[in-house]
Amino acid sequence: MTDEVLWLDEHRVVSLAELVEVSGLSENELLELVQVGVLPVREARGAAYTFSARVVTVARTACRLRDDLELDTRGLGVALRLLERVSELESEITRLRAQLPGS
Amino acid sequence: MKYADYYAALGVERTASPDEIKKAYRKLAQKYHPDVSKEAGAEDRFKEVAEAYQTLKDPEKRAAYDALGQRPPGEEFRPPPDWARQHGATGNGAENFSFDDVDFGDLFERFGARGRRGGRGQLPGQDFEVPVEISIEDAFRGTTLELNLSLPEYDSSGQLRRVPHAVKARVAPGAVDGQRLRLPGKGGKGFNGGRDGDLYLDISLKAHPLYRATDHDLYLDLPLAPWEAALGATVEVPTLGGAVKLKVPAGTSAGQKLRLSGRGLPKPRGGAGDQFAVVQIVVPARASDAEQKLYEQLREQSQFNPRQHFGGEGA
Repeated sequence: MTDEVLWLDEHRVVSLAELVEVSGLSENELLELVQVGVLPVREARGAAYTFSARVVTVARTACRLRDDLELDTRGLGVALRLLERVSELESEITRLRAQLPGS
Repeated sequence: MKYADYYAALGVERTASPDEIKKAYRKLAQKYHPDVSKEAGAEDRFKEVAEAYQTLKDPEKRAAYDALGQRPPGEEFRPPPDWARQHGATGNGAENFSFDDVDFGDLFERFGARGRRGGRGQLPGQDFEVPVEISIEDAFRGTTLELNLSLPEYDSSGQLRRVPHAVKARVAPGAVDGQRLRLPGKGGKGFNGGRDGDLYLDISLKAHPLYRATDHDLYLDLPLAPWEAALGATVEVPTLGGAVKLKVPAGTSAGQKLRLSGRGLPKPRGGAGDQFAVVQIVVPARASDAEQKLYEQLREQSQFNPRQHFGGEGA
């Protein structure tokens, strides 16, 4: 018997309620992060938002930064944007390094 | 359990005011927060700082901590028998409480506002994130991870104790570096009917002697002899699914990437990345006399100038 494993990737969809449950952020905080543009919405049907499961990691990071560094939503917006940028650059470095012979 | 010096962790005096403690924590938390700092040892340092702050920021927890006296960090010790009761810990068994399997950092959980709810209110179990390294072969074929973790869990009196957790997780083919997996309910147990926490696995791929992975694509160095590169050749190239024949076109130069379509890591919903063979041209360290003669002959006869674009005398 193995335990249930959910992939946090773009193929899995999570609702706003699920995101509240797994991230530790409130619905309002999540909606504010959507507004500042760091939590991309997959589909918005009126007030019913769905997200790619990838954002679970982002929302959990936001919760840690809120709790540990006492950041408000605007601070979180800036921090998450910079972290996203760092992660894109790291992926780019990995991609370029992989192409270098003998690396 | 091992004693930890919380004042030293925050770099403050034992007489520090709540404000000084908060300032010291903020400064260190920003410096060492694992989401922000990639400095070696930052995560451990942050845990130390956060644990110290959790206890020292709460007057009741701080009083309970201070009552243990100052000891050398890391010293093995046990709190005196009536210590928990004297400092207002409540819940079942506070009178004859055992300190078995209790981590120093979890010891103060029962004090203060949150601790007093112990025995009555619900508390959700904690979530945990665990980094897991798998090989590129395991990412290709899929693997079953068997993890033996020791996670803090509330006992019936509301005290956190370290409890062994065995987790068996099937990772289907197609995990890439940075893939995150969620195991619902596999974190710490909830207290008094609170929901169980989740376990998150952060997958990374181990470095491989042949392959370099980026997302679902793989890169591999392909050493060629000069004549193979010049004349073209069909060579055998390893892939994760077994060796395949690769046709190297005549006139191939070093650095060119030859694509083996669909030979990379599988994608979870079908399809696969590609494998790229990065051409290297290698020469024998010592050419035989016959080879030497042939190279010399080639030099005499060839009009090829690889540095033509330099212009001038260097060309």
